[in-house]
Amino acid sequence: MHREATLLHLRVNGDDYSVAVPPHKTLLEVLREDLLLTGTKHGCEVGECGTCTVLLDGEPVLSCLTLAVDVQGRGITTVEGLAQNGELHPLQVAFAERGAAQCGYCTPGMLLTAKALLDRNPRPTEDEIQEALSGNLCRCTGYLKILEAVRLAGERLAQGGHTP
Amino acid sequence: MTTSKREFSVIGRPFPRVDAWDKLTGRTQYADDLTLPRMAFGKILFSTQPHALIKRIDVSRAERLPGVLAVITGKDLPIQFGIMPVSQDETALAVDKVRYVGEPVAAVAALDEETAEEALTRIEVEYEPLQPIMSIEEALQHPEPRIHDYGPEGNIHKLVSLEFGDVDQGFEEADHVREDVFFYQGNTHMPMEQHAALAQWDPGSGRLTLWSATQTPHYVHRALSKVLELPMDRIRVIAQPVGGGFGGKDDPFSHEICAAKLSMLTGRPVKITLTREEVFYAHRGRHPVLMWVKTGVKTDGTITAMHFKSFLDGGAYGSYGVASTYYTGALQTVTYKIPNYRFQGMRVFTNKPPCGPKRGHGTPQPRYALEMHMDNLARDLGMDPVELRLKNLTGPDHTTVNWLRITSNGLRECIEKVLEASGYRDKHGKLPEGQGVGFACSTYICGAGLPIYWNDMPHSEVQIKVDRSGSVTAYSGAIDIGQGSDTVLAAIVAEVLGLQPQDIKLVTADTDLTPIDLGSYSSRVTMMMGNAAYEASMKVRETLFAAAAEELGVPAEKLEARDRRIFVTDDPEKGLTFAEAAQLAEEKFGLIGAVGSYTPPKKLGQYKGSGVGPSPAYSFSACVAQVRCDTETGEIQVEKIWLAHDIGRAINPILVEGQVEGSVYMALCEALMEEQVFRKNVHKIPSLLDYKTLTFKEMPPVETILIETDEPRGPFGAKEAGQGPLLPVMPAVANALYDALGIRIEELPITPEKVLKALEDKLKGGEGRVGPKGIPNYEFPEPIRVEPPQEWKR
Repeated sequence: MHREATLLHLRVNGDDYSVAVPPHKTLLEVLREDLLLTGTKHGCEVGECGTCTVLLDGEPVLSCLTLAVDVQGRGITTVEGLAQNGELHPLQVAFAERGAAQCGYCTPGMLLTAKALLDRNPRPTEDEIQEALSGNLCRCTGYLKILEAVRLAGERLAQGGHTP
Repeated sequence: MTTSKREFSVIGRPFPRVDAWDKLTGRTQYADDLTLPRMAFGKILFSTQPHALIKRIDVSRAERLPGVLAVITGKDLPIQFGIMPVSQDETALAVDKVRYVGEPVAAVAALDEETAEEALTRIEVEYEPLQPIMSIEEALQHPEPRIHDYGPEGNIHKLVSLEFGDVDQGFEEADHVREDVFFYQGNTHMPMEQHAALAQWDPGSGRLTLWSATQTPHYVHRALSKVLELPMDRIRVIAQPVGGGFGGKDDPFSHEICAAKLSMLTGRPVKITLTREEVFYAHRGRHPVLMWVKTGVKTDGTITAMHFKSFLDGGAYGSYGVASTYYTGALQTVTYKIPNYRFQGMRVFTNKPPCGPKRGHGTPQPRYALEMHMDNLARDLGMDPVELRLKNLTGPDHTTVNWLRITSNGLRECIEKVLEASGYRDKHGKLPEGQGVGFACSTYICGAGLPIYWNDMPHSEVQIKVDRSGSVTAYSGAIDIGQGSDTVLAAIVAEVLGLQPQDIKLVTADTDLTPIDLGSYSSRVTMMMGNAAYEASMKVRETLFAAAAEELGVPAEKLEARDRRIFVTDDPEKGLTFAEAAQLAEEKFGLIGAVGSYTPPKKLGQYKGSGVGPSPAYSFSACVAQVRCDTETGEIQVEKIWLAHDIGRAINPILVEGQVEGSVYMALCEALMEEQVFRKNVHKIPSLLDYKTLTFKEMPPVETILIETDEPRGPFGAKEAGQGPLLPVMPAVANALYDALGIRIEELPITPEKVLKALEDKLKGGEGRVGPKGIPNYEFPEPIRVEPPQEWKR
């Protein structure tokens, strides 16, 4: 079927993309299908599970409920943009060390939601971590190793981002 | 297998999983992440009727829609399949009849997903409704209309009736006999990843490739071959890393077959990804099970006989249901000595999505019943519930009355440790009103002793190749579904060869490239793939040692592989790097490669049904739950879970803890809230918002205690961790609620409504129980009488 396409200018992980897509496409769809950034996953596509979370100017949003056309000119961060200059983010390191990813499918959304939390509050309490991540569902871990990993990453970030 | 007493360099150490970096950077490619040139999109039309004859399907309007490439219906894929050879009752698309809302009826391939969706709306299906059968009771009340034309009678799919020893005499010898009835509501896996499959037909070579989110690529391979009438060597199935399975991706599915057929018809790759709602209908989850248990005991608590009946609501198709039925009666005898045991089970067909295996497959329901029943018995006898269990515990090197062979058994130690850690003895019966602790124990198999289709070939095979660069590659059919099978494979090969896990390259779950592994189900992979990997690695090591021994001028027995070197144990300076040894070996012997195979020990039982229950080994768990309950709202807060698990040996304690915590989480969801229920013949809550699970905020702390019993049949002594730790949690929570409030919720999930109802009942002088009133009045066939093993003979 022929549909009108709109030319979008998106800034994802610091890279500028121009892509023509029908205006009703969600950010999730554009990231995965048009930009081939498949690190962002989907678990429901209707805003219920947190799996597709990306950062928009540092704040977590559900990419399945966000129209790509609405986020032009904003800074979009996906899991592919977490590691900087070949160096993993402390959250990624802590997740690996603590076994916070099992099947790994909810992991990108967890990492980005946790990053947004730690960016504004590097030393969150257990309650604050649970509150921040309560919209992200995980079926493998029982959340406990994720909790440990976020706390550990926060401590390391507060100490200057050093990871062993 | 005897394990060396020396310190391991990899086994038992908490290293990160080998796929961690890919999973943490977004590089892991799950099935829906794949795209291929010229790829088309497939969508499936699902039945809107629970039970109906298909009078007419007209796809012509869909076919005429621009962008539509192909439309198929049941007549294009008429060959029946099913995971079990005895239940080949499914077709990829319904033929003449639909049996549940959500059953695949037609499929479309189009240039894009929206066109495919639009095409579905243009398919006309005319149904002639039949009476829907929606429960166990209805299935028994209405033998007609039959949902299937096979099975012993009416809408009964499977009947089991077995007796070991003399149960009537056992009850006569008892000082006290008690009966209880329980119901365990069905629930679903809800993996975060929606099912997806991508198929590519290559007309040139006449070969088909399927990439799929599956736990069982080998069984999908077999089903595709059967339905598509293509020889297996023309089909390649690649299991992509699975984004959560829990048993939900164990069956061959319609969307896999439809993607393949549509690719063959269009000559293009075709991808089908299910929506979340469609995943709820694909199901194959926990069977709703109604259970009745009667046990005779002596005044000192010794069990003299047990009679267990189970009624499984199977949904519309067979799936694993025959095995599930047997599993509801198989493992009761593995925790407790039951000298006389009768098991009668029934699975009925209903017009709902098919049930199948979910974590614990057929054993969580009877375990919940049995462990609450044990507490009830203990109260009758005035005994401590833990003492009653200790009185009847099986031990190591024990054959159960139903012919299951237990090798290692750390249950007693699990119980001691979990009581100590939780302070159970100081808390039970002693906490303030509204607070309580509960206890339960359990067991699980480390792999099914028999394959799903009858054959004498190995269940898992591993191949290892080493080249002159020192590069080691392990090939295994096992698929990592998040449980960490890749990490276990790498760890075992690395340990034997003196390398580190990240040194081992892995090629997995690709039927063209890797040897057979039957799949990631029944907690079989560490045991079976692990043993095959151990054997293959040992052969490779022998070759390397032979070459190194000659070079170093020492006998091979004096050598050791460690720290990426092969060296003389008594003179560690004298040695070679691993790569040097590999080069010498290649010079001497040519290409270095070896294979290993694992076949479980033969089952001991010789009766019909003896194929379900045997396993190379059994894991054991003991659990204490502490709860607090608000008597105004009925809300239950689980404050903490302590869980001791006999793991044999932890290959990687971080992974094992992760499996225990994940099991506890899933168990608490089942205990407190999850239910796959239907209203007006449709799923009541097919969304992640309404299908309630614990979130980050409700998950209580878990204290995991690992007990190592060095299982003689396990690789490096290892047993399973993925399913067993789920089992004791539901009854421990239910038992804790009795301790807190004196109420018995003998029906899962334990919702606040049920708590309030039980409290109200108690207030009115009732027994404070919520649960089923009874079981259907059904006369099971005379049991098949099975002679017990020698040690049980009177």
